[in-house]
Amino acid sequence: MSPFAALLRKDLRVELRTLRSLPAMALFAVSAFVIFRFGLDRTTLDGELAAGVLVPTLLFAALLGINRLFVAEREEGGFDLVRLAPLDRTVLFAAKASALVIYLVVLELIAVPIFAIFFLDSASGLVPFALVLLLADIGLAATGTLISTIATMSSARDLLAPLILLPLLIPLVIATAGAGEHLLASGGPDYGRFGTWLGLLGLYDLIFLLVGYATFDFLLED
Amino acid sequence: MASALQSITLRRLAIATVVVMGAGYALAFLYAPEDADQGFIQKIFYLHVPLAMVALLGFIVAGIHAIRHLRTGDPKHDARSYVSIHISVIFGAGVLLTGAIWAKGSWGVWWEWREPTLVSFLIVFLLYATYYPLRYAIEDRERQARYASVFAITAGAFVPLNFLAVRLAQPLVHPRTFSSAGGLPDSMLLAFLVCLAGMALLWATLVWFELDAKAASANLSRIRRRLEATT
Amino acid sequence: MIPLAIENADRYVGGAYLVFLLLLLIYVAIMAAKLSRIQRELGSLAELAERRSGETPPRGVGSVRGRDQEIEAVRQGGR
Repeated sequence: MSPFAALLRKDLRVELRTLRSLPAMALFAVSAFVIFRFGLDRTTLDGELAAGVLVPTLLFAALLGINRLFVAEREEGGFDLVRLAPLDRTVLFAAKASALVIYLVVLELIAVPIFAIFFLDSASGLVPFALVLLLADIGLAATGTLISTIATMSSARDLLAPLILLPLLIPLVIATAGAGEHLLASGGPDYGRFGTWLGLLGLYDLIFLLVGYATFDFLLED
Repeated sequence: MASALQSITLRRLAIATVVVMGAGYALAFLYAPEDADQGFIQKIFYLHVPLAMVALLGFIVAGIHAIRHLRTGDPKHDARSYVSIHISVIFGAGVLLTGAIWAKGSWGVWWEWREPTLVSFLIVFLLYATYYPLRYAIEDRERQARYASVFAITAGAFVPLNFLAVRLAQPLVHPRTFSSAGGLPDSMLLAFLVCLAGMALLWATLVWFELDAKAASANLSRIRRRLEATT
Repeated sequence: MIPLAIENADRYVGGAYLVFLLLLLIYVAIMAAKLSRIQRELGSLAELAERRSGETPPRGVGSVRGRDQEIEAVRQGGR
């Protein structure tokens, strides 16, 4: 089995066995939906309000999950194990980012249908929105892996990762919420600027996957 | 000998800055005509936009220094990256403050979400402000420098992307922007370019100045260690 | 865009440039404080060095040139 696959399997296996992040992330998202229902005093959402509730909630749930994933790795010495192995460190980056994408997708598979049940009148916009979310997940995984690795090696790790990530993820939020606003509109999905937002997401993913690929080595050398 | 050379360059830079900035603002106020639409308040343009452009360039320069640092491991590149970010963050604060004043004068509000430069700058400022807690949270000097360099590269790549994203997010109807640098009459363009050059020189002067001060502090520590070691 | 009355616009333009100058001055003031700390440190190191080689510190303690020469002397001597 290739090192990449082995690392990926390890991460996924651990999460499956211990289920330490995913249930919490999903629970957080659902609770957030309830809070929004009362905070906004609305029982249905569409268009920009729907996007404005769904996208930030997923973002914050993701930040919670990312922290947990990386902090635990550090505490269990997982990083040290990999550093000692004669591996191309970039493989670690790829494996971690892929694991993150999978977690995020699973989170969304749980949270988005619940969101639709709670607030949406029609679910027809959700299929194209799923594509948007997938692209956003890739970008989130790339920057999330990079920044979390930096943060876990520091003393303020719990605070630092979300602090740095939030501004860094704003273009993703712009694109995802921008697309969501149109796809979740009350009259049915509107593909007005769909291409623009997909393009922005793709560009973001490309740039930060490249940056991660080029610099991850330097984070793990000793 | 090296530091003597450095102080000559610093002096020259400082003089050039004063001359060029002086000329630039003289041109802006005495030569360039008043804007037909905005009136006198448009004069802030010659301050706000050069500040913004130079700050952004500064962040990208910091990223380039960071790349050099990762490649060579030489701490002087890390110092250059650090100071570049520092001065650019200060310029960034200037952008936000002058932008708010311009907004208040033009539209009567202290903040305008539809002004893409302002909003982009807010985001960039928020990101680079995390540079300091990041550095302070890592104690090992060498690791701190390496991680800071990765951050500077990531953030440098982020800057143009962020500008694109914010611009795309602007409402297509009723945009509210400060006058852009395109479509200016020649006299205004000249004044703007000289102001821009002056601002860039100011940035370089301050960076040089701060690097010098850091080097002096470092040398002092070396001497002190030497002297105390012979006790 | 309704042009503001001249006095109002003046105030905003002046305010913006003033804010910029203030930022600059604050920066210079902080750097000046740093520099004077470096000067003081330099002075105390010079005294330390002289005491080490048994000389008495010169009377013109405020002279930067004098101190620089002392430091140079220490450096030469220590090599």
